[in-house]
Amino acid sequence: MSTVVTPTPTPTPRPTAPTRGSFLANPWARWGMIVLGAIILMSALRVITGANDLDSSGAIAAAFGLAVPIALAGLGGLWCERAGVVNIGLEGMMILGTWSSAFCAYHWGPWVGILGGALGGLVGGLIHAIATVYFGVDHIVSGVALNIIGLGVAKYLASRFFTGLPGGGPTQSPPLEYAPSLSLPGIGDPLLTLERKHIFFVSDLAAIVRGLTTNVSVLTLITLGLFIATWYVLWRTAFGLRLRSVGESPAAAESLGVNVYKYKFLAVLASGSLAGLGGAFLTLVASNLFRDGQTGGRGYIGLAAMIFGNWRPGGLLAGSALFGYTDAIRLRAGGQSVHAVLLLVAVLLLLIGLWQLFRRGRVVQGVLALVVAGLTAWWYFAADTVPNELAGTLPYVTTLLVLAFAAQRLRMPAADGLVYRKGEGH
Amino acid sequence: MANKDISFAVRRGTVHALVGENGAGKSTLMKILYGVQRQDEGTIKVNGSEVTLHSPSDAIDAGIGMVFQHFMLADNLTVLENVVLGAEKLHGIGGGARAEIRRIAEDFGLDVDPDDLVADLGVGDRQRVEILKVLYRGAKILILDEPTAVLVPQEVDELFDNLRELKAEGLTVIFISHKLDEVLSVADDITVIRRGTTVASVDPSEVNARQLAELMVGSQLPTPETSESTVTDRVVLSMRDITLAGGEGRDLLHDIDLDIHAGEIVGVAGVEGNGQAELVEVIMGMREPTAGTVHLEGTDISDWEVREIREAGVGYIPEDRHRHGLLLDAPLWENRILGHQTERPNVKGGLIDARGAKSDTERIVREYDVRTPSIFVTAGSLSGGNQQKLIVGREMSHASKVLVASHPTRGVDVGAQSAIWDLMRQARHEGLGVLLISADLEELIGLSDTIRVILRGRLTGTFDPDTVTSQDLGAAMTGADGSHGDAPAPADARGDAAYPDSLTGPALAPSPAADDIEDAR
Amino acid sequence: MSNAKLRRALLSIAAPILALFVAFLLTSLVLMALGDPVKDVWITMLSKPKPRQITNIVNGAIVLYLSAIAVAVGFKMNLFNIGVDGQYRVGSFAAALFAGQAWLPGVLNILVAIVVAMVAGGFWASIAAYLKVKRGVSEVISTIMLNAIATGVVSWLLLKVAVRTAGSNAIGTKTIPESSQLEGWKLIPGASNRIYSLLLLAILVGLLYWFVLGKTRFGFDLRATGSSETAAVASGVKVKRMVMTSMIASGALAGLIGMPLLFGQDHSYGTTFQSGLGFAGIGIALLGRNHPVGIAFAALLWSYLDTQANGLQIRAGVAPELVYIIQGIILFAVVIAYEGTRRLDIRLEQQRVAGELAAQRAAVRDQEGAVA
Repeated sequence: MSTVVTPTPTPTPRPTAPTRGSFLANPWARWGMIVLGAIILMSALRVITGANDLDSSGAIAAAFGLAVPIALAGLGGLWCERAGVVNIGLEGMMILGTWSSAFCAYHWGPWVGILGGALGGLVGGLIHAIATVYFGVDHIVSGVALNIIGLGVAKYLASRFFTGLPGGGPTQSPPLEYAPSLSLPGIGDPLLTLERKHIFFVSDLAAIVRGLTTNVSVLTLITLGLFIATWYVLWRTAFGLRLRSVGESPAAAESLGVNVYKYKFLAVLASGSLAGLGGAFLTLVASNLFRDGQTGGRGYIGLAAMIFGNWRPGGLLAGSALFGYTDAIRLRAGGQSVHAVLLLVAVLLLLIGLWQLFRRGRVVQGVLALVVAGLTAWWYFAADTVPNELAGTLPYVTTLLVLAFAAQRLRMPAADGLVYRKGEGH
Repeated sequence: MANKDISFAVRRGTVHALVGENGAGKSTLMKILYGVQRQDEGTIKVNGSEVTLHSPSDAIDAGIGMVFQHFMLADNLTVLENVVLGAEKLHGIGGGARAEIRRIAEDFGLDVDPDDLVADLGVGDRQRVEILKVLYRGAKILILDEPTAVLVPQEVDELFDNLRELKAEGLTVIFISHKLDEVLSVADDITVIRRGTTVASVDPSEVNARQLAELMVGSQLPTPETSESTVTDRVVLSMRDITLAGGEGRDLLHDIDLDIHAGEIVGVAGVEGNGQAELVEVIMGMREPTAGTVHLEGTDISDWEVREIREAGVGYIPEDRHRHGLLLDAPLWENRILGHQTERPNVKGGLIDARGAKSDTERIVREYDVRTPSIFVTAGSLSGGNQQKLIVGREMSHASKVLVASHPTRGVDVGAQSAIWDLMRQARHEGLGVLLISADLEELIGLSDTIRVILRGRLTGTFDPDTVTSQDLGAAMTGADGSHGDAPAPADARGDAAYPDSLTGPALAPSPAADDIEDAR
Repeated sequence: MSNAKLRRALLSIAAPILALFVAFLLTSLVLMALGDPVKDVWITMLSKPKPRQITNIVNGAIVLYLSAIAVAVGFKMNLFNIGVDGQYRVGSFAAALFAGQAWLPGVLNILVAIVVAMVAGGFWASIAAYLKVKRGVSEVISTIMLNAIATGVVSWLLLKVAVRTAGSNAIGTKTIPESSQLEGWKLIPGASNRIYSLLLLAILVGLLYWFVLGKTRFGFDLRATGSSETAAVASGVKVKRMVMTSMIASGALAGLIGMPLLFGQDHSYGTTFQSGLGFAGIGIALLGRNHPVGIAFAALLWSYLDTQANGLQIRAGVAPELVYIIQGIILFAVVIAYEGTRRLDIRLEQQRVAGELAAQRAAVRDQEGAVA
């Protein structure tokens, strides 16, 4: 069975840009307005519901932190898909990264641990690359197989190497040294005082700034650097142009003398390393050990963030922030914060429902949104908190909802998922 | 053996044409010249010195530039990005490259903006980008593979003007085609290829189209001309006021009125992307018209499903047989079932009647001269012509009222082409109403009882095939004769929107749900 | 024609055998690199299983078979139903809940509970199907998300309805009454444990899969859509409806996965109910090439490896998780081998067709020559 996917290039509309010259035409201004609006929304929600952990500096820091592995996985996915190879195996590569980073960190410290994580993911990427690029196996099949094998390898190696070590066991490593982190000096404490005063908007802003500037891990900074590097390499260099062309039209690229296999291969390797780096973050920053099941589906959420970001680094960052935030709040205050989010969801759906009904005339979708809004609001008022098991599903539900609503206006690389064989283009 | 003992010489600063029918070996030759394939024997000499071409880069280094028939462009990249790809060292990928592209465009009269997205360009512009690509790399010898296949006569003239300009600058053009009139009008030398080998080198001033054609085929050419009229008064298919809304206020089809009578072949001529594909989709039930009605022998079928329409006796020969007409990995007898999986002899009740289907497939193979060793080989192993004959046989076995044939002889060798023409005449003779969509004007003129022209979604003219010429038709097809359509819009390379973007298949990205496509366009 | 079939059959078998060999080789290399005892590992893995273990192998294979068939239904439609894991969790829970209530007597209870499982699994899959058809969301990601959501939702519901099983910390649904428990059959001589009675269910499912896909019109439509969606649309298939139907069917079949465990072994659904059968099902479906008999063999192989691996810790001093590595390598090797043989097959067929046509033409010319 070979599932060859050939997406037909339908003329997808580019999202209508606002008229040139207006304030909102400037992308910086647009993003600024969105961020401002989000802060105001969060403050209001916090004040109304009393869920103070919604945007505490701790939550923001955690969100920021948890966004990183998602962002790294998503960036890995971006490199890979821009070259036309679908990578479902990011989760498996990340798992390999968690083990290899823990192993290296235990023996040689956190910096080697970071490197080790990247290498572990790279091995996974190598397998995927050989299978898909060289042998022409269907991308998804290879990705699924890679997840199976990555899980197995990590479990086996963990059991083999961590058992018997002090504090370690077959399913977890001994405690490791955290990767170093940095803080912006001097402003941490004053901001904390401001935050504790719970003043509308001002405290929230303080909390956000504090969360973003204290105890920022070096790996986070490295990640931000990688994002900038990705943007530059892919859109401003010849190498990047060739890589993207391979994902848009490998036949065209080959006809112009581009070595299609080489670029696909390199892209998949890069993708594996990035996912592995995400794994290193989980073992050395988000926690300080390796544990079975640590990745928790973040490889897939990263892919969702990539789709949300329309295969561009900027959008990917935004998506990761969103998903990281949902991950953070359910891990911290669990039920209570999620409960507050219910109100937010209810309000958003209400607005969407009204807009669908009156601006776009779509009765079915509008009514559906309003009904769900009503149910959500009822849930909010009927219960004090959301049970922990359900709260734990927040990141996944968010992913689904985001994909469901964002689906239509996106443009993926034209030859994504296409199994390309040399010489096939003519 | 695709090519054997091919020898020809091209003089510098000339346009040299290579003619041969489909399957004669032209593409293989071009692949060799462009370094995509290695020859087993023989030499290639450029400017007197021998060259070995292992890859397209070698060809480019030798000054050879190839413009493919199927454009090799990445839709989501800009013109600039498409042109510099692979040649980034020449002028970089930013301002320097942009300036160089503008310079070449001006020198040779190729009017394109480097920052346009290729997806927004029409067919003629895309071809200019392809030529730009080649000139950017300093090609001195241009090879054009069937460049006029997708152009109408007026655009062909523009292209030939460009070619003359290239010639004037000392460049050499090799031009592959099977459109003999055009070849005679622009070429300085002609080489004929038949069955993989060169059979003649002629001077265009000494030969006419008929003689050339006979050299190409080696025998008398078949003609699509039809003799007596079999048109009756009975209307089998009737479309009234059919309108299909597209996005952005543009109609894909507007106020279409069309009647097809029993025993009549109605030909529809038009440049690709002007609504022919949508017309077919509306008739077949793949798209529902926004307004208007379609009647099949008096019954309103406007909102019927595809399956119901096919069951009612409408046969369909799709434009792209690989994507819409066949399951390439399935055996022939299963392909016989495709499209008619609710009708005898394919099914009994809810179950597939394998024996019935197999024996009927044998019959089709016999009656329609499908060259295959057995009915168990996969459809993908057959040649294009035989695949098409199978499809025609299948459809004619079920079409009792109407046959919709969309580019039925595209990519088919001359032998099969003439067989298919005979089959269409036969269908007509049996009293079917046939709708023939084609880009081959000769085919349209030869087979049709009446020709309609479609332009920007409207039917803008009716012509009598006995009196019309290619030039007239071409003018009507492009609106150069004063007929109007809607406001001009970029012609999409494929009007494929009715087929939802891969609902199955694990494309990671979301695909537009079919009911949203109207909004998206 | 029989030549072609023979060739194809040989190539089909060659691939998995090659894969097994490659897996053997690579695993040995890995073991040597890590300094693990290669010989002991293989002696353990390839030792003859005791009768008790044979029963376990067959029982494991039954469950894995159901999982793989559920996945295969999706594969035939070019859909990747990775959500089998969540669907069978939901299905098992719903069925266990229902059967525990004992509203119906004996066998009737079992039958209706099975239907409940199918409905629950089908419902869970329908969410992903709806998102795909209406919003264009890739089923790969949505089903994975739904797996995680299923875990959360079922855990929460379990807490609400649970009954603490005596003498342990585990919680579960109310135990199914004895009249609805299935004893199983003593099929393996010398074994103290029994084969699940619901082996029947697996066989039935396999037969249905073969029949519906190969012999019915619906099956033809389904395979056509999986093979070429555009051709299927042109042939009159309503693709959206087909996607929904096959995803729901896949989910319903997935709901059945836990049934042998529920009625033949655990008799309730609790925190210790076996999980992770979904991914194994994907691997087995790929190994078995979506063929009902191929899948049966693949399931047996997989279960054999799982069971034999249990002894690895004691007899070879190696972690039993090694079996995941072996399975993963087999999977990769097989998938690569299938791809290679598929290409070879196509090329051989094209050559053969061209050759036979040329021979036919030559024969015709000879005949004409003889007559002249």
